[in-house]
Amino acid sequence: MPQGRSRVLDLNMTPLLEFRNVTKIYTKGLLSRAATTALDDVSLKIEDDRPTILTVAGESGSGKTTLAMLLLGFISPTHGQILYKGKDITRLHGEERITFRKEVQAVFQDPFAVFNPFYTVDHLLTVPIEKFKLARSKSEARDKMDEALSAVGLRPEDVLGRFPHQLSGGQRQRINVARALLLKPRLLVADEPVSMVDASLRATILESLRKLNREYGISIIYITHDLTTAYHVANSIIVLYRGSVMEAGDVERVIRDPQHPYTRLLIDSIPWPDINRKWGQTEIVAREQEHGSIETGCKFASRCPFMMDKCRQALPPLYQVADKQAASCYLYDQQPAIARERLSEMLPA
Amino acid sequence: MTQQSPVLRVIDLQVSYYTEAGRALALDHASLELYPGEKLGMVGESGCGKSTMALAMMRMIKPPGRIEGGQVFVGDTELTALSEEQMRKARLSLISYIPQGAMNSLNPVLRIETQMRDAIKEHKPEMSDAEVQERIYSALESVELRRSVARMYPHELSGGMKQRVCIAIGILLSPKVIIADEPTSALDVVTQRQVMETLDRVQKQLGSAVILIGHDMGLMAQFVDKVAVMYAGKFTEISPVRDMFTDPMHPYARALIESLPTLSNKGVFKGIPGLAPSLIRRPPGCAFHPRCAYVMEVCKTVVPTLERLPNGRLVSCHLYDHEGNRLNAELRMAG
Repeated sequence: MPQGRSRVLDLNMTPLLEFRNVTKIYTKGLLSRAATTALDDVSLKIEDDRPTILTVAGESGSGKTTLAMLLLGFISPTHGQILYKGKDITRLHGEERITFRKEVQAVFQDPFAVFNPFYTVDHLLTVPIEKFKLARSKSEARDKMDEALSAVGLRPEDVLGRFPHQLSGGQRQRINVARALLLKPRLLVADEPVSMVDASLRATILESLRKLNREYGISIIYITHDLTTAYHVANSIIVLYRGSVMEAGDVERVIRDPQHPYTRLLIDSIPWPDINRKWGQTEIVAREQEHGSIETGCKFASRCPFMMDKCRQALPPLYQVADKQAASCYLYDQQPAIARERLSEMLPA
Repeated sequence: MTQQSPVLRVIDLQVSYYTEAGRALALDHASLELYPGEKLGMVGESGCGKSTMALAMMRMIKPPGRIEGGQVFVGDTELTALSEEQMRKARLSLISYIPQGAMNSLNPVLRIETQMRDAIKEHKPEMSDAEVQERIYSALESVELRRSVARMYPHELSGGMKQRVCIAIGILLSPKVIIADEPTSALDVVTQRQVMETLDRVQKQLGSAVILIGHDMGLMAQFVDKVAVMYAGKFTEISPVRDMFTDPMHPYARALIESLPTLSNKGVFKGIPGLAPSLIRRPPGCAFHPRCAYVMEVCKTVVPTLERLPNGRLVSCHLYDHEGNRLNAELRMAG
């Protein structure tokens, strides 16, 4: 990676996507004071010229799906801004909005729920072609469908004309990827795309995602709780815990040499399919999450084996622990602190 | 362990589902032996018959499914010969089943202790209330839940806690065999580890045999002693976990192992080409032959049998002779 060059580009280019100090708070009704901070001051950038795969990882309740929903414009941030090509996505209108809808695509978790059982696969693929006027004739539409299906490793004759129940979970999920690909997106949000698919088929779907990135130059935000697959597809990773960034950086570094106690616990709990790598070296402290405690300080403090007094007082800043790795933890307060806005500098493309 | 007699013996179990499209052979002459204290993992793609196998052992197959043959023994008791009433008593006390998504099987309007008491009273009506209460507490404690959980309702518990309550119910009567069907599929990795550690400890205390059903090979590598790989209603290979992960013999088992993402094969994606066969129209011969990289002529017509090789492993594949030696290697490489 020519790092010097990329730094210069950062200054000149408008990023494809930018989160600026995005916070999302869910409130319960009008009168209730109970509020949940689903995402807490997250900033990140996806550059326009360097297609990348970024993993957003975390357990349930970490805010990873909130991040996807914000990014797709399904919900709006409570604070902060989300910019697509420099424009606030909550304020897009007309042509710009259609472009955004076309260029930012999504693949969701459940390959069974997103299909209408009464329509054949063709319908799922022709609707976007018609809506976005991608083809001038029937034969051109058919060519485009064939191309997209082939790109994800499906033979068009195997799937076209079939109903969803005649297809396997893996085939359905690849059709979803193909549908996204039809629109020639710039950014694909994949929210747990393989968690409901058989292990033997996961590899195939992940491979098609990778191909989309490499051959079609599409940036992918891969949202998952599965760090094994994250390690395999992504270039960089952001680890969330209860809405805050715990650790971020080069996926190779974060997975192989995690620094934050939370990331360490998470990675130590991965059941690697490797007989020589036993899980569970780290003791699990505080077995149940104590929600509802005061939300100042580090959110992992109550479960952290290294908890210090100051961890309870203020949220630790991000400390740069390696060239492309940062951890939000006071254990590293000897290292240079970096502003949360500069998180993206820790993420290799 | 070799001196002991098996706690579970399944002999030629066969289950079919009768559908409009025809008869689906979901379990085809499946045989299995398990010793006390052993942990067996049963893996395979969805629809390969893993859950059918579990349900058949529990005699819980519902129409249009039917157990068409075979025997299941737990110790000296032949489950397949029991009356319906006797079988009902045997469930939970001899063999218990923690179903997939068990945490959603708790009754939302009953306290945990009520549900646990019902289970005990059903089997041991003679037990005094104090004894019942004691047993509930000890079951909860063995899954590391506080006694106060007994007074709670399911919605007051987290997913991991509910799952542990289900394990506690499963072990209430100290069964000899525990079948857990994907007990952690909806849980986060850290919670998953807690639940599996719990199951492991409880199993050691009771000395029961455990069958873990799932498709997470990582979990298998971390938890079980033996792995049984199923394909289209048949066992293709049953091997000790180390052998299975380092030197799988059956080509399907090999493909399954090689498709797994590990730390050392980053960026290598090796899916298994093709699709799982329909159980209604099974391919002739070995059901895996249309997807097999090592297919030979014989595979297309002759169904291989599950053979015990001299090294103790069970493999159902024409590639190996009775001694476990691989046949005509050159031919396979060309294919």
